[in-house]
Order: sequence, then structure tokens, then C-alpha cells
Amino acid sequence: MGLLEFWKKIEPDKKKSPYLHTTYDAFFTFMYSPDSVTKGGVHMRDGMDLKRTMVHVVIALQLCYLFGTYNIGHQHFVAAGQYLGFLEGFHLKLAHGLIKLLPIFIVANVVGLGIEFIFAAKKGHAVEEGYLVSGALIPLIMPPDIPLWILAVSVAFAVILGKEAFGGTGMNIWNIALLSRVFIFFAYPSTISGDQVWVSGFENLAAGTTADYSWWHTGLCNTLFGWLDISQFQAASTAVVDGYSGATPLAVATVGGAEALSNTFTWNQLFWGTIPGSIGETSKPFIVIGALMLIGLGIASWRVMVGMILGCAVMGMIFNAWDANAFMSVPWHQHYFIGSFLFAMAFMATDPVTASSTNRGKWIYGFLIGVIGLLIRVFNPGFPEGWMLAILFMNTFAPLIDYYVLEGNMKKRMAHA
Amino acid sequence: MLYALIGIGAALFFWVVTSLSDSLLKIEAEKAGIDTEKKDIGIWPSLTGMFSPKAPEFAEGKFFKSSKGFDIKLKGKAENFSSPSITRYAIKPGNFRGNSPIPKMLVAVGDEVQAGDAIYFDKKRPDVKYTSPVSGEVVEIKRGAKRAITDIIILADKEVRFKKYSVPNIEECNRQDIVDAMIGSGTWVMLNQRPFDIVPEISDVPANIFISTFDTAPLAPDQNLFVEGRGDDFQKGLDVLNKLTAGKVFLGLSGNAQPSAVFTGAKGVEKNYFGGKHPIGNVGVQIHHTAPIRKEKVWTVGVQEVLTIGRFFNEGVVDMSRMVAVAGSRVATPSYVKTYVGASIGDLLKENVSGDNNRIISGDVLSGSTSDHDQFLNFRDDQITVIEEGNYNELFGWLLPLKPRPSLSKTFPSFLMPEFEFEGDTNTHGEKRAFVVSGQYEAVLPMDIYPQHLMKAILSNDFERMEGLGINELSEEDIAICEFVCTSKQPLQSILRKGLDTMREQS
Repeated sequence: MGLLEFWKKIEPDKKKSPYLHTTYDAFFTFMYSPDSVTKGGVHMRDGMDLKRTMVHVVIALQLCYLFGTYNIGHQHFVAAGQYLGFLEGFHLKLAHGLIKLLPIFIVANVVGLGIEFIFAAKKGHAVEEGYLVSGALIPLIMPPDIPLWILAVSVAFAVILGKEAFGGTGMNIWNIALLSRVFIFFAYPSTISGDQVWVSGFENLAAGTTADYSWWHTGLCNTLFGWLDISQFQAASTAVVDGYSGATPLAVATVGGAEALSNTFTWNQLFWGTIPGSIGETSKPFIVIGALMLIGLGIASWRVMVGMILGCAVMGMIFNAWDANAFMSVPWHQHYFIGSFLFAMAFMATDPVTASSTNRGKWIYGFLIGVIGLLIRVFNPGFPEGWMLAILFMNTFAPLIDYYVLEGNMKKRMAHA
Repeated sequence: MLYALIGIGAALFFWVVTSLSDSLLKIEAEKAGIDTEKKDIGIWPSLTGMFSPKAPEFAEGKFFKSSKGFDIKLKGKAENFSSPSITRYAIKPGNFRGNSPIPKMLVAVGDEVQAGDAIYFDKKRPDVKYTSPVSGEVVEIKRGAKRAITDIIILADKEVRFKKYSVPNIEECNRQDIVDAMIGSGTWVMLNQRPFDIVPEISDVPANIFISTFDTAPLAPDQNLFVEGRGDDFQKGLDVLNKLTAGKVFLGLSGNAQPSAVFTGAKGVEKNYFGGKHPIGNVGVQIHHTAPIRKEKVWTVGVQEVLTIGRFFNEGVVDMSRMVAVAGSRVATPSYVKTYVGASIGDLLKENVSGDNNRIISGDVLSGSTSDHDQFLNFRDDQITVIEEGNYNELFGWLLPLKPRPSLSKTFPSFLMPEFEFEGDTNTHGEKRAFVVSGQYEAVLPMDIYPQHLMKAILSNDFERMEGLGINELSEEDIAICEFVCTSKQPLQSILRKGLDTMREQS
């Protein structure tokens, strides 16, 4: 128990230095579960708390992190026509992925948590865990080359205006992670849409553009790889090959429909996720594993997920029947494998704070996200993906759905009175 | 497209043929005199037959099976009987909600009383007497904050002497005679009115009366033991209640285990069987599934309270004897004790508690109240639970808990061992947060109620919503399991009570 005594000894004074105390308290409660006991009400409490709930979502995301990191590197070298096999140049791809991902992760969390800490100290309550998950989600939905200052501004926007302005964890109306992404989407659209942004490490994807390596590549990693006598990053010979576009499956399908899609990508690629896209959303099996874990542990709502799958299927079938352009004719079941449907379903729509909070409402909420998301995906010419906007849209209407579910419940009760 | 149409056509044709033959089979069966309601006749398996749970064999009445709820399995279940010597008893005016904190005393320190002698009455309702559970000497009248009387302590005689009342014959007398006999003898306060959990007004006639004959709370006593050999008193109690209500007396029986023959053989009442996990044994949940409370008032009575009423009308004595389960992981030998209302907790637990960092609870761990050795059992409690105080820090306790703890969540490996009995302690296992997780309360409350939204309605003082969302159907013990599983560690019971109090003031 020496450690615990040490912690207790260094506790700063709450009144004299509130910011320091808040920080201390956040780290202390992270290390040790508090010794508080029940008072009034129940005498025994469930072992589950918000920290444990949140950390399980973060754990469910880890496979996406692993794959996403590696895929950043893989896409980079595919654009250059090098190491085309998935496992070829393993260390280079991993190193490139880490060099891209780590700064994004660090900036997203330092900015977000920093704001949380400041607000917690100002309001005099403990640092709440909500941002644990937001901070893990935000890097996964960003393109790998996102400028860090834009990321920082978007995170600050989302946390301050989306969350703290409403009162903190549990009070927000819109999903924080998506809010930060939508901020970039509208404020800096060129950094998050188009064909150029999904492959990292090049100024642009015109043929012959050489790789844009930093000191981390050529200085640190190359020295390390030199010692180990393995292949190194070579900026001069790493250039975009002829005819490479960097287009995502969605972009391809928007233009050319199912045929173009199957000409450009194999189903293996689409399934396993060795395709350009946002960092964490490409690998379908790893997302599904995460989703099943969340459902199995009872953390995320299966109602929302199933509702969303159904909604997307229904809308997809309507489009198939309508069949007015190439994208509409993409078979409805293929929509699950292109774009970020699964990631949005598993981790974004199921956010308990912003989703409907009644079970019946969750079905409606999920279903409508599926419908509206596909609608936007197919009809929006500027940006061929719909889930972010659909979820934010339905976040706005979730309280309304709940309102009508509750009205129904009240009416049933009052009818007998 | 053509194939799809052919497919749909074929399916339709198949459906038409099968349902036609299904109906024909049923008609034939009815001609042959077979009851098609009970026996599954036809081509289709009946939907209700497939999905409705199977009632246990002993269930003769209606059976309701709940899939919602959560049983907290704890160590230290009471088993055999023990008889510690209990010398002190107390009546606690604070146990009766809505009464003024300083009642009008009818005895003074030093007075000798018999069991059934009036001790005090509430100034607002002077006719309703509160009587002594035992005979002996009034030794102390304890006062608390603002001079409120908290305990009226009686040093009991070795042998309890009962005051003899002359009681009306319930077969011949009218309702008012019964009410008069009850309010004078202190048996009236055995009754409990829902909503609000208060002693009912004398003038009120309840729409129905409900009795739950089993308790699913953690470490709760087996109520079959209460009525062993006391079938006459129980039946008499039911007969009296039948005279008091305008509607019916409903008996909720356990669908989990064989109920006592006294319960299954009860006459003049409607029996309903309930199976499932806690809180299915709560009378509030049972009311919800039999005749839900809307605007009317209903009464609920505990099994031991029915026995008191029954014996009063059988023999004219106010017998407030109670069987109490002394349970919990910190009780050395958990057992049942036969005693009277308001027994001294110090006497009940004498030399039977292990460790000293304990929480003593009058009642169960969900909705009981914190107590101590120098205090007394609450009026309606039939259980006393002792568990460890959880005032310890645990390294990474939220992530990798070393000590097993009960939880609804499947993130704990204990969900694989549903029969494991936990020691349990009073640690909150986390800090209070805003409502974040949804659907959690609904998963453990087998009622058509949205507790989280009800709580929000209470916090925002929205009367119409509170009523609409069913506050009148709830009492603390029903919502307690929701409070237990709450990830955000919200104090649901105290929020609910705040809401009920405002509703009571409004009505």
C-alpha cells in the first residue's frame, strides 16, 4: 500500500489550486477506484461504472487501430507501386502508419482532454470519462494526412460547443466525434473529401509526385532500419505511379456503379479493408468483431445496429428498384461493404447519450439513420458518404422520437384513469 | 422480376392452403369435443403456445413470467432458527410516512404496558392508535432533531401479556365495525396505501388489496415459514381484508418455487403466480401486472401483517410477532429469529457479527435503512442484513477488479457463474455521473415504465409527466434494483421519494 500512501500524500489543496487538484483527481481515480461508500438508497452498488463502460468501447476499437495504422502505410506504398503485397515492407508500412497516426491521436486527446480538465476544474466536478471514447474515435474517422492544427480546432469546437456548452458528459445532443468531423467537413472541405486525401505522404496524387517524408522517416526510422540492415524510406524513388487515383470505393461507385467498383477493387480488398479511406473504418471484419463484442457485453445497443442495417437494406432495395443512375443500381447488400457504414453503425450511432433512450425509439432511430444515410450517400453529389450527416441529423431528432414513445406510454396509462 | 412474382405467388398459395386446412382441423376437433383453447390442434403451432413461458405445475391461477430483473446472490442466507434473548423493543413514529414528527404520547417513561396497549396517536388522526408490540415497561422516549420522537423503547417482560380486545364477528358486522376495531387496536397501521406508502385514511375504501407472498430481494426470508401452522390466522386476515375493499384481494404467489399450502389453499382471493428474478416478488410489480394503479388508491399488506390482523379477529389479541431473517456475509451464523415488531438490533445480533467494519441494515441491501447496534428494527422490516463497509481504494478497481462483486454487466466474468454467492460490500464502485447509459433500468424493471425519463420528470418537477410516466405505480423498493445497476450511480430511490412527496402534497 505504499503507492496509495504516496498518492494521498501528494494530493494538492482543492481550494488553493483547483486545476491541479482536478488533474490529480482524474489521475488518482484512474489508478484507484474511490473509497466512497453508499449513503441512503441502496447499500450495495453494481460493479459497473462509467469508466469501465467507456474503456470497453475503447478496447473494442483496438483492432481497428491496429489495422488502420498499418493500412495508412500500406496505402502509401500501393500508391507508389511498391510493396504491393499486404505484408511486404511490413516495418516500413507500420512505421509510416505510426508516424501519421500518433500525432493525430496525441493532438486529439491532448486538446480534448485539456478542455475537459479545464472545464471540470472551473465547474468543480470530477473529470468525466466521456472523452475517453471520443478521443479514441476521432483519430479513426480522420483522413491520415489531416493537418494537425485543423484537427485541434475541430476537436476544440466539438468539445466546447458540442459538449461543455450543454453541461458536459451525458448532456450533449450531438455525437462529439462526428461533430469534430463535420466541423472540418464544412470548414475545410478540401482536407477531408475528394480523392487526394485518403492516401498519406504525398503532396498530391499526380503521377510522379515523390513522397513527402519527414525527419521521423528519414532521420529516426531510417537510422534504426539502417542498424537493423533492413529496407529504408527512400523519398526520391517513392513516387506516385501512373494512373493511380486514390479514389475510395465509394467515389468509384458513385461514378461508375457496381461495374466500376468490381473493376477497381476486389471483394477481398473491400472486405478486409486494404483500401483508401478514413483511418479506422476500412476493415469490415475487425469492425464487426468490435461490434459483436459491444453487443455481447451489453454495452452498445443491438437495436440501433439492427435498425440501421434494416433501414439501409430497405432504402437500398428502393434504389435498386428505382434504378435511375449507376450508383442507384449498386446492389443493396454491397452498400454495407463500401464506405463507413459498419463503423458508423457500431461505434457512432450507438452512442447512448445522443441516441434515442427508449428501446422502441432505438429501433426507429437506427432505422431512420439507415434510410437517411443511404439517401445522402446516393444523392449527395459533393460528398459520397452519408452516415456522419445522417447520424447527426437523427441525433437532433432522437429526443423527438423519445418524446413520442413516452407520449404513447403516458397515453396508455392515462386512458385507463 | 418474374421469378420473384412466382415466388411470392407460391408462398401465398402455400399459406392459403395451410391456413384453410388449419381452420378445418380446428372445426373438426371442436366437433369431436376437444377443447382447442387448451390443446394445440392444427397445422401451425400456436404462437402463444410457442412463446409464452410454461407455467410451473403448482400454479393454478394466472401465471406471469418476467424475463426482466436481476437477482443479487449474496452469501449468508438465513437457514435455521436461533433464539437470542431480546429484551428491548421500540416503536418508531418515523416509520409512518406523513405523520407529524412529534406524536401525542399516551404513555410516559416508567409506565407498564401490555401488548396491544395504545402508545401514541398522530395529531392529525387521533382515532388511529399506535400500540405496543410487547408487554413491559416504557424505559425511554428518545428524541432526535427538532425534538422529534424517534424511538419509544419498551423493556419487555419475559412472557408477553396481551391486552384482550372484544372483536366483532366479521361474518355479521358491517365494514365500519371492523374499521373501528382496527383503528383502536393498532392493527389498522398494518395496512399500507399505494401510491405514497402511507397509513390509509379511515374513510378510504381501497379499489383492491394486494398481498405478495414471496420476496425476491437479496437474502430475503422465505415467507412460507411465516405461515407455517398459522393457516387459520392467515385466512381470517384475508377474510377481514375482503370486507374492507370494494374490489378484490389479490394474492401474488411465487412461480419460482412451491408456495406453502396456506397460500395455495387461501380462499376468497384471486391468486396470481409470478415467476422470474427480483423485483418480481415486489407487490408493486405484481400490482402492475394484475390491476395497475391509475388514479385510485389500493392497499398492500405484508404476510406477517395479515397474520397480526387475522389473529386479532380470531382471538382479540394484538400479536405483532415477527419472524426476522438475520443474514449477510458478516453474520457469523445467519438464521431466522422469532421476535416482535421493533426488536433491538443489538440484541438480535449479539455475538453473531464477524469483523467490525460493517454496515448493519434494517431491511435488505437494496431498500433497507442504515442502522446500528443501539437501534431497532423498522416497523415493516422482516430482515436484517450485515455486510462489510467498502471504504477502501482499489488499484485499477474499475478496470481489473480483484474482489468479485455482483453486477448485471457481462464485462465481469461472474456472469458465467450465475449461482456464485458474493460477499458484497458498500463501496460505490465508481463515482456519480450524469445519466449516460440508456435501457439499463428497463432491463431490470419488469414494468411498462421508463424510469430514466420518470427521474428526469421528477428532477424538473413536471407533475403531469410524473403521473403520466407512472410515478403512482412505484415505490422505492421497486426502483431499488434500477439504482443498484445504475452505471452513473444516481440516487434513484431518493429522487423517486422526492417526486412521491410532491405528488402527495399536490393531492
